[in-house]
Amino acid sequence: MSGLMAGKRGLIMGVANDKSIAWGIAKVCRDQGADLAFTYQGDALKKRVEPLAESVGSEIVLPCDVTDAASMDAVFDELRARWGKLDFLLHAIAYADKSELKGRYVDTSPENFEMSMNISCYSFTALAQRAEKMMPDGGSLLTLTYYGAERVMPHYNVMGVAKAALEASVRYMAADLGKQGVRVNALSAGPIKTLAASGIGDFRYILKWNELNAPLRRNVSQEDVGKAGFYLLSDLSSGVTGECHHVDCGYHVVGMKAEDAPDIGLDRG
Amino acid sequence: MSDIADRVKKIVVEHLGVEEDKVVEAASFIDDLGADSLDTVELVMAFEEEFGIEIPDDAAESIQTFGDAVKFITEKSA
Repeated sequence: MSGLMAGKRGLIMGVANDKSIAWGIAKVCRDQGADLAFTYQGDALKKRVEPLAESVGSEIVLPCDVTDAASMDAVFDELRARWGKLDFLLHAIAYADKSELKGRYVDTSPENFEMSMNISCYSFTALAQRAEKMMPDGGSLLTLTYYGAERVMPHYNVMGVAKAALEASVRYMAADLGKQGVRVNALSAGPIKTLAASGIGDFRYILKWNELNAPLRRNVSQEDVGKAGFYLLSDLSSGVTGECHHVDCGYHVVGMKAEDAPDIGLDRG
Repeated sequence: MSDIADRVKKIVVEHLGVEEDKVVEAASFIDDLGADSLDTVELVMAFEEEFGIEIPDDAAESIQTFGDAVKFITEKSA
């Protein structure tokens, strides 16, 4: 296959269905010639990921529970056996108890805090430990984050705290892994209607607000995020590491509601 | 059968891969049509897209059967 990623091999973790951000990125990488492997967590996701992987010619679809070291080891053992080395990894994995994505952050339980941090932040570090060993000639690691890490967004709660930690871990890992040519970046996508987003309260209101107030006066598409993800995973971004790259139609630069945007209220049906 | 019911049925049949005659008013997505919990979320998202409506979380949780979905969407579209 020709393209800017011809001959590159990448692991895509966290596709849930064809609306997933990870899927948007995977498709562009594939269009540019990359060979892809996918992981899923649990049978419900397996049956969704397998047909998508097949549609892009991927023959490696593996279970992976990022809270289980042996499960992650097994994925990399398999990749080592099949591919030998790895060029890029996309981490699109996060978790928080849905009941704690409403109400007050301050009420978060220690159990939920620990679980959210482990799955949404530490897992990227744990995967980087394994991936770097397969990247002797350098590589690119990319995770997904959200503006709720930097500023308070309604209902994002513990996930905002976990994403802040994730973004900090990107900077530390960029410093640690830079000497061997492994780049580490985060992509901060604007709100986009995915399965994961369905767990966030009043998500439609957040979508509408962004559409009305982002400098580009629209929401991001899966394709917008896919192209930017491809840039960060490919050599197009060869000089970029430790970066949190916003793909949000510019929303992160805005200080208040646009003067020409209508006042909108919550519609809870 | 109403136009809305037809469109809802088409989405359910395509998404869950079930026979059209199984999708009756009292058919529960999970108990009768083999949906898992992610399917129910995906169905609600598909209904929103098809009908250009918003289905809030608490309403989504109350939509258990094909009949529930048609009723909710009919009322919402009125």
